[in-house]
Amino acid sequence: MANMTQPSRSEEIKPPVVHVGAIGWIKNNLFNNWFNSLLTVVTIFFLLKIVPPFIRWAFIDSVWNAPSQACRHATGACWSIIPHNYRFIIFGFFPYNLQWRPLLAMIILFVLLFFSQNRNHWKKSLAYTWITGLFIMGLLLKGGLFGLASVDSTQWGGLVLTLLLSVFGLTAAYPLGVVLALGRQSKMPAVRTLCVVYIEMIRGVPLISLLFMASIIFPLFLPEGVTINKILRAQAAIILFTAAYIAEVVRGGLQAMARGQYEAAESMGLNYYQTMRLIILPQALKIVIPPTVSILISAFKDTSLVVIIALYDLLKTTQTVLSDPRWLGYSREAYIFVAIIYFLGCFSMSNYSRKLEKELSRGD
Amino acid sequence: MDKEPSAATEQNLPDELIIEIIDMHKWFGEFHVLQGINLSVHKKERIVICGPSGSGKSTLIRCINRLEEHQRGRIVVDGIELTSNIKNIEKIRAEVGMVFQHFNLFPHLSIIENLTLGPIWVRKVPKKEAEENAMYYLEKVHIAEQAKKYPGQLSGGQQQRVAIARSLCMNPKVMLFDEPTSALDPEMIKEVLDVMIELAQEGMTMIVVTHEMGFAKSVAHRVLFMDFGQIVEGNTPEEFFENPQHDRTKLFLSQILH
Repeated sequence: MANMTQPSRSEEIKPPVVHVGAIGWIKNNLFNNWFNSLLTVVTIFFLLKIVPPFIRWAFIDSVWNAPSQACRHATGACWSIIPHNYRFIIFGFFPYNLQWRPLLAMIILFVLLFFSQNRNHWKKSLAYTWITGLFIMGLLLKGGLFGLASVDSTQWGGLVLTLLLSVFGLTAAYPLGVVLALGRQSKMPAVRTLCVVYIEMIRGVPLISLLFMASIIFPLFLPEGVTINKILRAQAAIILFTAAYIAEVVRGGLQAMARGQYEAAESMGLNYYQTMRLIILPQALKIVIPPTVSILISAFKDTSLVVIIALYDLLKTTQTVLSDPRWLGYSREAYIFVAIIYFLGCFSMSNYSRKLEKELSRGD
Repeated sequence: MDKEPSAATEQNLPDELIIEIIDMHKWFGEFHVLQGINLSVHKKERIVICGPSGSGKSTLIRCINRLEEHQRGRIVVDGIELTSNIKNIEKIRAEVGMVFQHFNLFPHLSIIENLTLGPIWVRKVPKKEAEENAMYYLEKVHIAEQAKKYPGQLSGGQQQRVAIARSLCMNPKVMLFDEPTSALDPEMIKEVLDVMIELAQEGMTMIVVTHEMGFAKSVAHRVLFMDFGQIVEGNTPEEFFENPQHDRTKLFLSQILH
């Protein structure tokens, strides 16, 4: 303590040099004790074992666009399965010369999604834009009006079907889940019981069995000659299933709200509907953004289960390509491609939710 | 202003009653929390309610705007009897302002939005007018410069003043205060009491549950002492503090005034 000097105000005391910079970081994070050092070494060993061969397989020895015969001689990946089959993977059995229609529908969807990201655009007009957009998308898929040739919904498939099931599924399940959560908290015993029974029953069965029921059992109850579109039935099953899970997450958010918020709103003379819409839900839904997005992401991936009722979603069209003798054996490449599509969807959802959370937490 | 307790001396209140409570009882389960409350409040009257914790004073004022439901007796506010009729309850709540111990501002809304919410949705006032009105009341509680901030960014004292302004924006006929300074740090109590005193000087009808005896002395027309769910005694501040009638009141005052 002999050389204790008064630091002048202008000169700040710097941290010891071993704790900053690249070397400091490595020392602190990778080699700060013998166990972490061991883990670091083992990890580096496995990365060296895995990454270079993968890069060689995927990028160096790979075939990108040659026909399938050329792939037989290559040692690397045969990516040409994608360019040769992408139209079937994405559009399924949609008539080949009409595939610009689902393509246009998807472009409209992505433009709308992109536009809706910005919270400043959340106005009434956006809702009308969406309704119009959905109508146009439906028209493009179905046809039969304005000189567009009619395409039966049994021919819809691929990525188009996956997006259809997901977008409608998630946007319909979310509000339904919120209503169910409110119903479960209702003071009216009939409403409450109904919601509890619904939620518990749906959560008690796997999605697969709901899909089976929608596709096999439900038609038995319909009078002869009446059929309800198979896609619609699968869609309904997905919505009903996801809504039950969202309801429970939202209920968690509602229970986190302090009593005082209800009291302050009520003592102002706001009615139940206004209290919920203006005070309670905005706060409760914000709290539960992370678990809600988890459910939405898993619902997006669960749409692939419609395979079992013989709908040709993205995964099924890919499998169909793989059963073509010319492309037999290139499942790794095809599944990586599909995985990338799913990943992009899921990752953008989770990314957006984080952005939204940050924006909404201004007040805290 | 708080040096001259002039307000309390002018006792000529209008005859008109704004609140009438007749033989009101309330139970929490088996617990008889309010045991036969009788209370008439005149327009422009200012009442301070004090008493030990658990005596039912908060429950009493929460019954007045039906945050708690009474089970026997009658409560009439501004000519409307409180029953389970939800329309009447909403009508009364719009006329009765309430300030809570923990402020209960809406954290997801800015200060100005907190203030305009009630007028816009309950009173159907146009947004622009509601905002002008809100700024007027923020000015009044000396906090206009914070209008764009969020509740979490303000101190406790500031939040409570915003809460008072929020109630005032509804143009209430009565203001209820449920221990408005109990959750505040000591240095912030005065700024809130000052606002309440100003409000009193403008002739607002107020019922205040508080232990701030200085406030009671300077602004109250009547001080009520509650214990075990009953109003034990009520009197002008002078009589109440100088000459308490009941032993329980004497004991309470000796504890609180050291």
